[in-house]
Amino acid sequence: MQLNDEEQAMLAGALGPARQWAIKHQLAVGNFFDAADFVRVGQAHIMADTESLGASGVAWLEALAALPAEQRRVSIPTITDPRGLDFASYRRLKQTEAMAELEARTIRAFEALGVLLTNTCINYQTILPPVRGEHMAFGDTGVVIYCNSVLGARSNFEGGPSALAAALTGRTPRYGYHLDLNRTGSRHFAIHYRPRDLADWGALGGIVGRASNSYWQVPVLTGLAAPPSSDELKHFGAALASFGSVALYHIPGVTPEAASLEAAFAGRPPPAALPIGDEDVAAFYAAYAAAGDKVDVVVFAAPQLSLMEMRQVADLLAGRRIGADTTLLVATSPEIKFAADRMGLTQTIEQAGGIVAAGVCFYQSYAREMAEANGWQRLMTNSAKLVNIIAGYGYRPTLASMERCIDSAVAGRVL
Amino acid sequence: MAIVLKCHRGIGPTVTGEALVAADNFSARYDLDRSKGIFSRASHRLFGESYHDKILVLVTAKGGVASAWMLREMKQRGLVPKAIVFDRTNTILAQGAAFAELALVDRFEAGDPTTLIRSGDELLIEPDRGLVTILNRS
Repeated sequence: MQLNDEEQAMLAGALGPARQWAIKHQLAVGNFFDAADFVRVGQAHIMADTESLGASGVAWLEALAALPAEQRRVSIPTITDPRGLDFASYRRLKQTEAMAELEARTIRAFEALGVLLTNTCINYQTILPPVRGEHMAFGDTGVVIYCNSVLGARSNFEGGPSALAAALTGRTPRYGYHLDLNRTGSRHFAIHYRPRDLADWGALGGIVGRASNSYWQVPVLTGLAAPPSSDELKHFGAALASFGSVALYHIPGVTPEAASLEAAFAGRPPPAALPIGDEDVAAFYAAYAAAGDKVDVVVFAAPQLSLMEMRQVADLLAGRRIGADTTLLVATSPEIKFAADRMGLTQTIEQAGGIVAAGVCFYQSYAREMAEANGWQRLMTNSAKLVNIIAGYGYRPTLASMERCIDSAVAGRVL
Repeated sequence: MAIVLKCHRGIGPTVTGEALVAADNFSARYDLDRSKGIFSRASHRLFGESYHDKILVLVTAKGGVASAWMLREMKQRGLVPKAIVFDRTNTILAQGAAFAELALVDRFEAGDPTTLIRSGDELLIEPDRGLVTILNRS
């Protein structure tokens, strides 16, 4: 890779060991992906919950945090993905004091690095959305696919160490979705189906993701009736990224880099379209169906809820009572939680017996340990991303609309 | 005479070990019980298999940014694959392998390595040279 004087200085250690580690790490990754040089990035977003960091990862962060201030502070605006637990609700979820202590140590380390602890996977709805063409180093696959596709920003999936490296150097290797040549459509899906709610949008994302099944595929969708909302594309993209590891899609006429079908494929003839219809979506739901089963936990998360989703949950729960043997958990960002508190939405949800957690997103929160401590198996959610992830943690997940999830939470069994 | 497969230049050290192959994908967060060192997702083709000290040969890496931290954490706790071989990796696993200093290679000239390598094969992985050698077959 071609390095300028500043990058050479970082590599030589002139800017301290943290930036030296960072640029060495970025060179290893950049060389692997044949990057020619570095590109400056506007923000970094770090996924670093303690469950994935582990004790060794936290100790590694603390070593960076112990360096002198001028050596350890990040050089661009840097924010965080959801944390491993919410200090206000972890005891109710039977998370342990050891987990809380590890979380507190991680937070202290990030603060010392100058990182803004936003603890959110919906920063594009709540913090500072990127603009078209802006290069970013974003963690969280749902954040990357939304910002690449809906906003026209440019980011690869940057895992925690790589996003932190970008935060320290202010740049990232120019490969993958930073390059025009990787951003044109490669698959074509003709949608003969009308999603009615967020779970349907997630199911559609899951189906397209399974069919695409590669970070390097760029699906293009035609046939969708009206421009979707931000929350609908949030669930669609999160599922597409989760099931298929996909980081960019185009919807001609909706997303900014695809004014037309021709533009989506950069003037090349579109490949034959794979049709997706009602029966595909019905089969997707059927794989998770469990009518009549006892519901242990109903989760609204993955991604964190917007203020509009918080309103929907509150409206559906108003004046009702969740079944005595069922837990209902809602995860949102700290900013939205504050707004929901102020607007009475949190109170409505908690009066019905629900728990509103801030700055977490359930699956990043020691899901296996929570299942064991609470005796949870059957989980219901309207998040297709969550049903995909959570089976590996020993849960039996069911996908349903927000309405049916809440009706089931009240009844205590899958309706 | 061993079989030599050419691939893209990879990440991490030269290693030898036994292959564990599946025409399936990989995510440390979605697919593994990292406390036991086994594949824990029931629908995974390696469900119940131990991955410790094996050279995993799989198709691609799936969603889940967490894998970038997890490989190093798995290595430090001593329950970790010896190397990972993909047909094509996503960015996360490449970043995670760089952070963990774990061997990882992909992009083979002869095609998908899950069709070229069999479980139980003895492999030599040379990331710097972009070579994977099947030592027990000719």
